[in-house]
Amino acid sequence: MSTVTASPKKTGHPSALAEFWHYFSRNKGAVIGLAIFIVILVVAILAPLFAPHSPSEQNREALLLVPSWMEGGNSSYLLGTDAVGRDILSRLIYGARFSLFIGLVVVTLSVISGVLVGLVAGYFGGRTDIVIMRIMDIILAFPSLLLALVLVAVLGPGLLNAMIAISLVNQPHFVRLTRASVLAEREKEYVVASKVAGAGTMRIMFLTILPNCLGPLIVQATLAFSAAILDAAALGFLGMGAQPPTPEWGTMLAEAREFIQRAPWVVTFPGLAILITVLAINLMGDGLRDALDPKLKRS
Amino acid sequence: MLRFLLGRLAILIPTFLGVSLIAFSFIRMLPGDPVMLMSGERVMSEERHAAIMHDLGLDRPMPVQYLNYLTDVLSGDLGTSIVTKRPVLGEFLSLFPATLELSLCAIILAVVLGVPAGVFAAVKRGTWFDQSIMGVALVGYSMPIFWWGLLLIIFFSGYLQWTPVSGRISLMYFFPPVTGFMLIDSLLSGQPGAFRSAFSYLILPTIVLGTIPLAVIARQTRSAMLEVLGEDYVRTARSKGLSPLRVVGVHALRNALIPVITTIGLQVGVLLAGAILTETIFSWPGIGKWMVDAVFKRDYAVVQGGLLLIAGVIMLVNLAVDITYGFINPRIRH
Repeated sequence: MSTVTASPKKTGHPSALAEFWHYFSRNKGAVIGLAIFIVILVVAILAPLFAPHSPSEQNREALLLVPSWMEGGNSSYLLGTDAVGRDILSRLIYGARFSLFIGLVVVTLSVISGVLVGLVAGYFGGRTDIVIMRIMDIILAFPSLLLALVLVAVLGPGLLNAMIAISLVNQPHFVRLTRASVLAEREKEYVVASKVAGAGTMRIMFLTILPNCLGPLIVQATLAFSAAILDAAALGFLGMGAQPPTPEWGTMLAEAREFIQRAPWVVTFPGLAILITVLAINLMGDGLRDALDPKLKRS
Repeated sequence: MLRFLLGRLAILIPTFLGVSLIAFSFIRMLPGDPVMLMSGERVMSEERHAAIMHDLGLDRPMPVQYLNYLTDVLSGDLGTSIVTKRPVLGEFLSLFPATLELSLCAIILAVVLGVPAGVFAAVKRGTWFDQSIMGVALVGYSMPIFWWGLLLIIFFSGYLQWTPVSGRISLMYFFPPVTGFMLIDSLLSGQPGAFRSAFSYLILPTIVLGTIPLAVIARQTRSAMLEVLGEDYVRTARSKGLSPLRVVGVHALRNALIPVITTIGLQVGVLLAGAILTETIFSWPGIGKWMVDAVFKRDYAVVQGGLLLIAGVIMLVNLAVDITYGFINPRIRH
């Protein structure tokens, strides 16, 4: 990311990080998103410190207990309990670990592979490009959730298989995006100039062209992070992702579905947790776009 | 233009072969004996096993098996459901209109609300109007739709009792399907109240399925418009003294729509993935629910056939998007 600005030798130029923060912090939503994300991250990492109960501890005396601020609530169970008397707040706190981990793994896998393949396709063109794009078309011909469902049918339900499937279907977006930006940039004067100046293929690909394609890629990466969380939760909801009694948010929703009228809070909070986490990441993504896209900066 | 069309069609063939190869390998990747899986029987004699194996062609070499599979697929034979014993293609065709109707309503909702919202947000950039539209769009984009559906059911179906919870039309009405679209069929049936009933069943699923495309289209339209509004030709159009409406509506929007159309095309995959969740929540009898049920019932013939058919639908829509793209942006044709 530091490649966006030139190395700050002269005085008076802010450092790349300071400049980044200057533009990022102008977007209030992004700062709020970052703050929420950091809170969720800390809570997830230090889950045993924050959770008032164990996520699997069942209290037979307190089944489907209402949240503490409602009549009949118990202050020791802030968000109430589920059908087998487990503390919902504690399960949500532990659930944050799963969601963030899923997002991280999926984004890392799909960004690295997608950008490499996209650069190659866009830069070399010709037959390489055709073969790569046809393979991407094949993957993109399946809806992500459907492919994940089918993979799960083959490999058996579980988080790992869900993550593999979600990475696989996210990757073509990065390939397409990188390729499209490379195609747009490849013929521009600064790239031609760099070529004339004698720069090698690797240098042109990674140092000349890639930084100018970073804006949309970073936005796509944050979107992929949140999409991965959503897809994994959806699989959990369908009973094909993390399996009970794992406190994964989507799985919790699936377990809570039958109490939809009797105990709406059991349904409300896991979904709210997904929404807030995904929203925070997407807010950050918008801020990153504003801070990293040179075109938007000047306008 | 003809060359462009033929080129696009030529691209479709290898993609289709790749997709069919994936659907073909799926059954063979499953753990367990394919004969038992495909016949749905647990216990069988050795002779019966060999007979079924021969019938299914599983005793032949892999490439021959694939060619046979491809020939069957191209002649419309996608196998028989293990559970219902009905042809997979027939089941798909009888359920697809329900998904199509829901998806069309969802995408219409998304385009009709999303494009104007994005254009206005871009024109009024930085105002409270822009910020609130984009705030709502971001919440919509971040929405876990299966939860959103449950919330809508709790509120509109449970608390207010305005809308029904599941199905396509009240059981009071019965008429033979003509188009397969409940909204049209209910009108054709001439039964009083039938259309109203079909509409009330459709409204919540449409909102749930349309939420994410709506948010994506609004956001994409706004950012495409912002980009285009900074271009020289927009400034030229303004300085020529054209009305702001003409500058925004004709000069800017036409070019801004190019990436938006790609986005709308990409939403088809999102819609079909969303249909899996939406149809499950609302018991909507379409192909999304059909596939989920097939996975749960281990009806692998349906999963295999459905995989190929759904991918085929998405490929055809992408082709249509590519062609539209060529019409709007002549540069792409070459």
